[in-house]
Amino acid sequence: MREAAPLLRAEGLVRRYAMRRGAFGRSVEVRAVAGVSLTVERGRTLGLVGESGCGKSTTGRLVLGMEAPDAGSVAFEGKPLPSPGSAAWRAQRARMQMVFQDPLGALDRRLPVGAQIAEPLEIHGIGGKAERAARVEALLGAVGLRADQAMRYPHELSGGQRQRAVLARALATEPALLVCDEPISALDVSIQAQVMNLLVDLQAQFGMGVLFVSHDLRAVRQVSHRVAVMYLGQIVEEGEPDAVLHDPAHPYSRALVSAIPHPGRAGQRMVLQGDPPNPADRPSGCAFHPRCPVASALCAREAPVLKPRPDGRLVACHVAQGEAAPGQGILAKAA
Amino acid sequence: MPEAPLPVAAAPPRTRRPGPPPLVVFGFCWLALMLAVALLADLISPYAYTALDLRNRLSPPIGFGGTWLHPLGTDELGRDVLARLIYSIRTSLLIAFGATIIGAVVGTTLGFLAAHFRGLVEQAVLALVDFSASLPFLILALSVLAFFGNSMVLLVCLLGLHAWERYARIARGLALSAGAQGYAAAVRQLGASPWRLYGRHVLPNIASTLIVSMTLAFPEIILLESGLSFLGLGVQPPETSLGSMVGYGREYLTRAPWILLAPAVTIVLTTLSVSLIGDWLRDRLDPTLR
Repeated sequence: MREAAPLLRAEGLVRRYAMRRGAFGRSVEVRAVAGVSLTVERGRTLGLVGESGCGKSTTGRLVLGMEAPDAGSVAFEGKPLPSPGSAAWRAQRARMQMVFQDPLGALDRRLPVGAQIAEPLEIHGIGGKAERAARVEALLGAVGLRADQAMRYPHELSGGQRQRAVLARALATEPALLVCDEPISALDVSIQAQVMNLLVDLQAQFGMGVLFVSHDLRAVRQVSHRVAVMYLGQIVEEGEPDAVLHDPAHPYSRALVSAIPHPGRAGQRMVLQGDPPNPADRPSGCAFHPRCPVASALCAREAPVLKPRPDGRLVACHVAQGEAAPGQGILAKAA
Repeated sequence: MPEAPLPVAAAPPRTRRPGPPPLVVFGFCWLALMLAVALLADLISPYAYTALDLRNRLSPPIGFGGTWLHPLGTDELGRDVLARLIYSIRTSLLIAFGATIIGAVVGTTLGFLAAHFRGLVEQAVLALVDFSASLPFLILALSVLAFFGNSMVLLVCLLGLHAWERYARIARGLALSAGAQGYAAAVRQLGASPWRLYGRHVLPNIASTLIVSMTLAFPEIILLESGLSFLGLGVQPPETSLGSMVGYGREYLTRAPWILLAPAVTIVLTTLSVSLIGDWLRDRLDPTLR
């Protein structure tokens, strides 16, 4: 890892939301993101995986500066992000862009896609009218759309074509950072592969750093140079994708990896006990210990920190770090 | 990428859009006629709208035993109904279009401001909306016109305030829900200024609802103006409007119904045309319904 000047560095991000139960209920604090630190290098992809509601998308919005974190800091190219909505923030959008989960929702259905791809160029005052038209055509070609499809409205395109149009719009200003928030989960499996290949090709072409947020481990493995696994607002494991997927160190990563369907490997699946915990009511110690099959007494008392193991992988687990002997799990003991 | 090298690479021919339905064509023709009448009132009017013909008072229109001297008959003072109708159309169209547009612009702007700034601005706008919605409009109009006297500009502005709170509520609600949708978040995230976000994206997306609301408010304003004129607070005699013609013609409903019927039919056809066009426009502006 180049430590000198990473493209994006987030330190200890915390985002809390107030949630109220019922019309007159007391408001409860929910920590959607509870201390996340991550680094995205130029031209590299960091994959962020985890189950629904673990704070992946919130992390994506925080590093883009679309929301201000309650604690922690984000540095983009070494400088802190301006406050959301300010003129400096708006100008910076040309350098960092986002790709959304639902391409139909992310496009204005009253404008042809060509006009929408040209929009970032108009907003940031790039080029004249003729240059913009040429750029739109080049972008359409880069994402594999025909030039005449610029005149189409979003509802006249297929799901994969729409996501290509969204990608073309995000790449129009040649951003240095692209945050993809579940970019493929709304697409068919065959289209998913196309869009992921396209993303890899475009990264080779434009050289942007990518934060790829997804719950699909295989997709993350295909596009990422590093992978971070999130659980309940915290990163529990980070490392090379092949290493993490072949030999997951954290028990939660092991459960995630074993959930990938494999032909001819039935019966070995590690099924987690219990439900995903309520982020408003975090378990003591390690947030994962109530569901962990190897939790020991230490796990319930003390929260593990994310620190490197001898092989270079970052893991937040007492057992995986060798600080506690593997236990039997809390649920097993209760039973 | 299997989508690119399809054998038929040419764009499919776009189907020609069918023309507007006959009723909408009628609406356009009628509104065009009304606009022409309003613009050319001085040229096409057979008499001045105040000219008296005392020998032909309450003369019936053609078809009811009248003569070509007064095609739509005359009123109780012998004034030509056709001439008065022509000038009334000019006055009423000015008031109705002016007030509708003022109401829509003011209401939509305040609604967008509330949705964009939230917090105190939103509270203030909503308080104004509630205040305006709970205050009987006639009382407001009476007090304003009684204190500040009567002029055409004041009347148009006052009637413009009639329905602004409706636009404000609609615009605020729809802008808030649009902000939660992907497209507005996506455009904001591209670095767009609020002007661009609301002007180019949110407004066209919610325009259909606002247009429908305008077509509902238009007839209301014509009727409101006639009510005010009837109370003697709207258009002052000798000026004339469709509403005041109906109001004064009411007294002769049994003996000379044509005084009232001519402006009443004009009101009905004009409001119907506006509704038909508005409805068609709403569908037409939505690319997904083509």
